[in-house]
Amino acid sequence: MTSAILQTIWSHWRRHPLQLATLLSGIALATALWSAVQAINTEARANYARAVQHLAAGSFDRIVDPSGPMTLTQYQKLRRAGWQVAAVREGRLAVAGGRVDLLGVDLLSYPTLPAIAEASDVQGIAPVDALTAPGRLFARPDLADRLRTTSGLPPVIESTQVPVGTVLTDIGTAGAILGSPEQISHVIILTEQPKGLPPLAEVAPDLTRIAAQGDGDIASLTDSFHLNLTAFGLLSFAVGLFIVHGTVGLAFEQRRPMIRTLRALGVPMAQLRHLLVVELMALALLGGAAGLILGLYIAAALLPDVAATLRGLYGAPVDGTLTIRPMWVASGLGMALVGTGLASAQAFWRLARLPLLSTPGQQAWSGQTQDSAGKLAMVGLGLVGLGIFAVMLGDGLIAGFALLAGLLMGAALCLPYLLSHLLNLGARTARSALSDWIWADMKAQLPGLSLALMALLLAMAANIGVGTMVSSFRLTFTGWLDQRLTSELYVTARDDAQGTAIETWLAQYTDRVLPIQSLEMEHAGTPIFVYGVVDDQTYRDHWPLLTPRQGVWDRIMQGQAILINEQMARRNDLWPGDRVTLAPDLTYEVAGVYSDYGNPTAQAIVSVDELPRFNLPVPNRRFGIRLKPEQVSQVARDLRATFDLLPGAVIDQGNLKARSMEMFDKTFVVTGALNILTLGVAGFAIFTSLLTLWTQRLPQLAPVWAMGITRRQLAGLELMRSVILAALTTLLALPLGLMLGWVLLTVINVEAFGWRLPMFVFPLEWVKLGALALATALVAGLLPARRLLQVPPSDLLKVFAHER
Amino acid sequence: MNVRMFLLVLLFALPGASLAQGFAGLGTDAEGFAVPKRGTALQFPRDHGPHPAFRIEWWYVTANLTGADGRDYGIQWTLFRSALRPFDQDGWQSPQLWMGHAAVTTPQAHFFDERFARGGIGQAGVTSQPFEAWIDDWQMAGPSFDDLRLTASGAEFTYDLTLQSTGPLVAHGDRGYSVKSAAGQASYYYSQPAYQVTGTLDLPGGPMPVTGWAWLDREWSSQPLAEDQSGWDWFSLTFDSGDRLMAFRLRGESDLFTSGTWITADGQAAPIGNGQVTATPTTWDETDGRRIPIGWHLHLPDRDLDVEIAALNPKAWMGTAFAYWEGPVRVSGSHQGKGYLEMTGYD
Repeated sequence: MTSAILQTIWSHWRRHPLQLATLLSGIALATALWSAVQAINTEARANYARAVQHLAAGSFDRIVDPSGPMTLTQYQKLRRAGWQVAAVREGRLAVAGGRVDLLGVDLLSYPTLPAIAEASDVQGIAPVDALTAPGRLFARPDLADRLRTTSGLPPVIESTQVPVGTVLTDIGTAGAILGSPEQISHVIILTEQPKGLPPLAEVAPDLTRIAAQGDGDIASLTDSFHLNLTAFGLLSFAVGLFIVHGTVGLAFEQRRPMIRTLRALGVPMAQLRHLLVVELMALALLGGAAGLILGLYIAAALLPDVAATLRGLYGAPVDGTLTIRPMWVASGLGMALVGTGLASAQAFWRLARLPLLSTPGQQAWSGQTQDSAGKLAMVGLGLVGLGIFAVMLGDGLIAGFALLAGLLMGAALCLPYLLSHLLNLGARTARSALSDWIWADMKAQLPGLSLALMALLLAMAANIGVGTMVSSFRLTFTGWLDQRLTSELYVTARDDAQGTAIETWLAQYTDRVLPIQSLEMEHAGTPIFVYGVVDDQTYRDHWPLLTPRQGVWDRIMQGQAILINEQMARRNDLWPGDRVTLAPDLTYEVAGVYSDYGNPTAQAIVSVDELPRFNLPVPNRRFGIRLKPEQVSQVARDLRATFDLLPGAVIDQGNLKARSMEMFDKTFVVTGALNILTLGVAGFAIFTSLLTLWTQRLPQLAPVWAMGITRRQLAGLELMRSVILAALTTLLALPLGLMLGWVLLTVINVEAFGWRLPMFVFPLEWVKLGALALATALVAGLLPARRLLQVPPSDLLKVFAHER
Repeated sequence: MNVRMFLLVLLFALPGASLAQGFAGLGTDAEGFAVPKRGTALQFPRDHGPHPAFRIEWWYVTANLTGADGRDYGIQWTLFRSALRPFDQDGWQSPQLWMGHAAVTTPQAHFFDERFARGGIGQAGVTSQPFEAWIDDWQMAGPSFDDLRLTASGAEFTYDLTLQSTGPLVAHGDRGYSVKSAAGQASYYYSQPAYQVTGTLDLPGGPMPVTGWAWLDREWSSQPLAEDQSGWDWFSLTFDSGDRLMAFRLRGESDLFTSGTWITADGQAAPIGNGQVTATPTTWDETDGRRIPIGWHLHLPDRDLDVEIAALNPKAWMGTAFAYWEGPVRVSGSHQGKGYLEMTGYD
C-alpha cells in the first residue's frame, strides 16, 4: 500500500524533471552559500584559536617596560623576587618572500607548547638542540620551506601547530638571530605564583603590568568581519528558500488532482502527509548534500581572499587551506532540512485544510488579496520600527545588524503592498481594453510572484548597499593613496653605501630627494616602525592627518613632537596632546594622528634628525624622489643603468598605486562574489515563480487569445510583465539599498574596521545594476514566453472544455 | 602528560631510554662529560660551587624540625643542576639547566613546589665563596658553608631558616669517591649532617616557629647509576645518641647494591661497604596506583643496629616533573631517632 502511494507521489517528479531539478537546486543553492560562509568562518576561527592556544597570546597578563624593551637585569629582578614569569622575545625576520614574525619564548617556563611537544613526539627533537646554539626554528610546512632557502638560519622543524606566518623558537635562538641577545620584549605572568609575593611596584617600579586582553582587539574586529559574512550567508539562504517555497508550492498545486484521487481511493490524510514529509526530507538531504559539495568549492575559492583580507585589515593570521569538519557537514544538512521544512510549511498547512473532494479554485494556491498585502505591510513597518528601536536601545555591532535585519525584512514585507499601489497607478494610464487587462493581470499575478520579487528586492538592496560601502571605501582609499604616495619615483638601494651614492647621483636631476628612513623597535610590548622624515613641503601639503592642527609640522621638525598612525592611537589610546615614551629619555608629545589603511602595525613619524637618538641601526636605503612627470621614466632608466639594483628596486608612483589598489580590490573580492551569487539566486527565484504561475496561465490567457490577441503578442506581453515588475522592484530597491549603505558605513563599518568613512553615491552603478536586474527578469521570463509561443491552439481551446 | 614535563623528561632522560635505565637518566654514558676519579681530593670552598663539566649535581637539604606546637615537621630544599653540554656560558643559550624542589611535610600534609631555570642569565646558580645557591627567590646563602640562611616559597608555603654547622664536613666512600654499583659507577659525595636549625615555617594555618637538625648532601657525577639500576632508597638518620647513619640501596635488575657511612657524634666517618647493611620494606602505601614502602627494617650488624623506620606522613610524594617520595621518618628499636627517607623509581 505504502509503496503504491509512494510510487504515485513520485510519478509527479518523473513527469516534471525540470521541477525536480529546480527544487533540488533551490535547496542546494541555499545550503551552498550558507555552508560556504560557515566553512570560511570556522576555518578562520580555528586559526585564531590555534594562535591563542599555542602562543598563549592575550590569555596571560604581561609585564612590559613602557620605555622600551626589557633588560635581562629587569627579568632577574622579577625572578629573584619570586615572580613566576616567562620571557618572550618578538621580532621580524627577513626570509625569502617577505618578512615574518619571529616569536622567541623561554621554552623552559612558557606554559603551553604543543608545537614543541608535537615536534618532539614525531621527530625526537632533543632539548639540547632546541635550547643551545644554533637552536631550532618551528614553523608550518610552507613557511619552513621558505626558511630553509634563507641562509644563516638554524635548522627548521615543521609543525602544523605553529600559527600561520609565525616562526617559533627558544628565546636564546631568537636573541641570536635578532641581535641584542639579552633583550626581552615582554614577560607573561604565569598562573601559579608563590605565597607572599612582593608587589610589582616594590620589585620593579619601572615596569608596568598589562592585563590580559582575552582574545584581544583582533578578535572583536575579526568577529565583526565574520558576522558580516554570516549575514551574507543568511541572506543567500533566505533567498534560496524563496525558490524552494515556490517549487514546493507548485508541486503541491499540481498534485492536487492526484491527492484528491488518492484520498477518494481511501488513503488516510495522515499517511499521505507523512509520506509527503518523508519525500521532502529525502529531497532536502539530497539537495543539501549537493549544496555542501558546492559550498566546499565556493569556500575553497573564496578562502584565500578572505585570508588575505583578514591578514591585511586586521593582521589576523589565517591559513588559506580548508579542512572538512563533521560538525560543518551536520549543520549544513540540518540547515537544508530546517529550511526545506520552513519553506514547505505553508504548502502542508493548505494541504491539511483541503476539503476531501474540493475542486481546486482558480486562486487557491496564490490566494493573496490586497487586504492581506496591507496586513503584511503593517507587519513590515513593525519590523522596521523594531530595528530602529534596537539601535536606539543598544550600541555596537549586534544592534547595527538588528537594524539591518529589521530594515530589510520589513521593506520586503511592504513590497507587495507598494507594488500593488504602483500597479494601481499604472492602471490609470491605461488607454485601451488590452492595456487595462495587462495592468489588472499583473496585479492578479502579484501574489504569486511577490516572494520572488521580495528576493529580488533583498538581493538588489544588498548589492546597492554593499556596493556603496565598498566604493566609498575605495574612493577614500584612493584619495588617501594620493596623499601618501606623493613622490614620483621610489628607489631602494642594496645597502647604505649605495644609498648614499644614489642620493649624490640624484642631485643632478632634482634637489628634492626625500629619504625614507625607518627603524623597527618595540613599544608597550608590540613592534612599532619609527619613520624619520625631512622637512619638505610635500608632507605639509599631502600627509593625511586625521587631526589637522596649526604648526604640527614645525613642531615635528623641531624634534618636539611626533605623529602616530590611527592604529597606534586607537590601540594605546593616544591622541594629540598626550605624551608617549618611545625609548628611555625619548618622550614626545603626540602632535597628530594620520590614517594608515591596511597596515596592522603601529607607526610613528619623527624628524629625521631624531632617529640617531634611538641608538638603533637606521638603514639609509630608500628614497622618494620628487620629479617633473616628464622626467620620471628617464630617471628610472638611468637609475637602473647606473646602479646595480635589485629587481623591483625602482618603482614609479603609478605602479605603486596600482599595486596598492590591487591589494585593496582583492580584499573585497569576497563581498563582490557573494553579491553576484545572491543576485543570481534571486534571478533563479523569479524564474521558478514564473514557472509556477505558468500552470495557471493558460486558463487566464485562453480567453484573451480567443478574443484575437496572437500567441506572439501574448508571449511579448509575458516578457513585458516580468520586466515591468522587476523594474518596479528595482525602483523600490534603490532607496532601501542606499539606506543599507548608510547603515553599513556609519554603524557597521565603524565597529568592524575601526575606520569611519564618508559616503559616496554612484548612480552609474545603479543604472548598471538595474539593467542587470531587468536582464535577469527578461531571461527568467523567456522560458514561459517560449512555451506560450509554442503552445498548440488546441490546448488553448481545451481550456474552455476542461475544468482546468 | 603535561607538555613541560614531557620536555623535561626529554631534557633529563637522554635518548635511548629503556625502563631499566634508571631515575632521571642517570645511568647513561658520559660522552664529553667529566667522570669522577678515585683519589681526587675534595677542595673547599671550591667544591661547594658547581662543576659544569659533570652531567648532574645537587645541593640537597633535609631537616627534621619540631614546632612550637610540639609537633614534628620536615622540610626539603634541593637545587639540581643538569648539563646538556659539559661547559657553561653566559646568556640564554647556556647549556646548564637548573631545577629546584622545595617541600614542607607535617603529619597531615605535604606541600611542595618546583622551579626551572637555565644558567647564564642569573636566574639560578651557585657561588662557592661567599656561598650562595639560588633559583628564583629560593636561596641558600651565607658568609660561609657553616652559616647559612635557607628560604623557599611555594603556592601554599614559605620558610625561612638559619643553619649553623656543629661538626665537620663528612666525605662518603673513599674520601668522597662514592661507588654506586658493582660495575664501578661512582659520584663525588660529601655531606654536612649536623646543622642546627631555627626559623619559621609559614603554612596555610599560619606561621610556626621551629627548631631542629638539618642534613646537607652534595653530590655530582656524570654516571652515578648502572644501566640496570631503576631506583634507590636512601636514608639519612640522626640517632638520639648523637651518632648518624647515611645508607642507600640501589635496586638493580638482579641484585641490590648497598652502601653507607656511619658518622659518630664527633663527626668521625666510617664507610659501610656493599652488603653490610640490609634494608627491608615492611609496610606499603598505595596511592594513585603507586605502591611505596613507607615502613622499613634496617639492620647493620657491625654497629648492633636493628631499627624500624616509619614515615611521619606516608603521603610525602613529590609530584614534580620527576616524581619521587621524600619525607621525614621516625626511628625506633635498638636506636631511637629521626631522619629522612628518599625513594625513587616507584612511579
